[in-house]
Amino acid sequence: MTTDFAPLPASASPSAAAASTTTGSIAFAPSPQEAYLMRIGDSCLIHAQRLAEWSGHAPILEEDIALTNLALDLVGQARALLAHVGQQTGFDEDQLAFLRDERDFVNVTLVELPGRRAGRDFADAVLRNLLLAAWMNVLWAKLQASNDGEVAAIAGKAVKESRYHVAHAADWVVRLGDGTDESARRMRQAVERLWPYTAELFETDAIDTAAAESGLGPMRVSLKAEWEAIVAPVFAQARLPIPASGAFRSTGSRGVHSEHLGYLLAQMQTLQRSFPGGVW
Amino acid sequence: MAVPSSSARVKRAWDVLHGVLDPEVPAISVTDLGIVRDVVEHDGGLEIVVTPTYSGCPATEVIAQAITDALTAAGLAPARVTQRRAPAWTTDWITPRGREKLRACGIAPPGACASAAPIRLMARDVDCPHCGSAQTERLSAFGSTACKSLYRCVACREPFEHFKPI
Repeated sequence: MTTDFAPLPASASPSAAAASTTTGSIAFAPSPQEAYLMRIGDSCLIHAQRLAEWSGHAPILEEDIALTNLALDLVGQARALLAHVGQQTGFDEDQLAFLRDERDFVNVTLVELPGRRAGRDFADAVLRNLLLAAWMNVLWAKLQASNDGEVAAIAGKAVKESRYHVAHAADWVVRLGDGTDESARRMRQAVERLWPYTAELFETDAIDTAAAESGLGPMRVSLKAEWEAIVAPVFAQARLPIPASGAFRSTGSRGVHSEHLGYLLAQMQTLQRSFPGGVW
Repeated sequence: MAVPSSSARVKRAWDVLHGVLDPEVPAISVTDLGIVRDVVEHDGGLEIVVTPTYSGCPATEVIAQAITDALTAAGLAPARVTQRRAPAWTTDWITPRGREKLRACGIAPPGACASAAPIRLMARDVDCPHCGSAQTERLSAFGSTACKSLYRCVACREPFEHFKPI
């Protein structure tokens, strides 16, 4: 393996060196079709980054391996979608992942909520895995019928991977929700924290409608019944209550994020920002 | 598997590919794994059409490099590897010979891929690749690579890996 990092100028002061080697953001103005795909790709990418934070920190070694394997699938799915959008917009997948500003990311807010680093419970991680894997499973299944052949092909692979993600997350939700008093209490707290963010997964807007009308992919509201058909039986088996729906709506997929995404991006992007074009 | 065209060069390429091993499961070749979908002869050289196993498989680039290296070493250059995503790779494409090689090196081969199975039912009928016992239990849903899970044989007490059907 060789590294290809641009060396820092030896004579420059640290601040000057930083300024001279920090890469600015790309100007990314996606069409509605591209934005629709970026919502999915960004949700995979940010979810993967949060899962990767557990590497070396999961409660048991097997789960450490599992979480990073899930992240690997998600990175692969994100790469495929970002590369596909990049071909249409003139950017490569790395530029789209590492050189966009926070407001240009359109992942659902649920994936960016703090993970291990902010002291969040492992219960949050396994619950989020279930909520998202079920959503992506239903979404990928419908995207197999996309009129964009590349999207349909990506979905054909990803839907099979998402089945394993759902099964694994469901195992954990039941194990903890129907486990000890302590694990059940913490799962219930995780449900209270995360459930309000699931409403965004089924919100519909102009981008969503345009995608459905053109045959690119389904409207998100059309995913809800099948998502509930996966999630509700797991909650029942885990003895977890499904909260009533509320008025709160998160807005990550419109580019308006929680305070947490900026910190995540700062860490995820720092290498490409500081060492432009650095490769493994 | 796609029927290759019958030129001598294409036939030789297939022979070479039978000897290119999967870097993550070096017991079996890329053709036994079922990821080589076609070998096409163009004016400018050979095109090897490969379907990736998993979306995030880190071996994808390594496999492409190993294929071009092997073909170059056999005097069949220029050769390039292209990706074909659809139809998606499935463990059903692993050849009978590939399954036997997996078993021989201690990895339980995948069963048939039942895409319509209920989502929470995981494979419970995995036989031990060492002693053949059906009395096995899963230790971990994920193993050393994304494509495998960890099992233990209750009969002979040996741990083993299982290639997940997908």
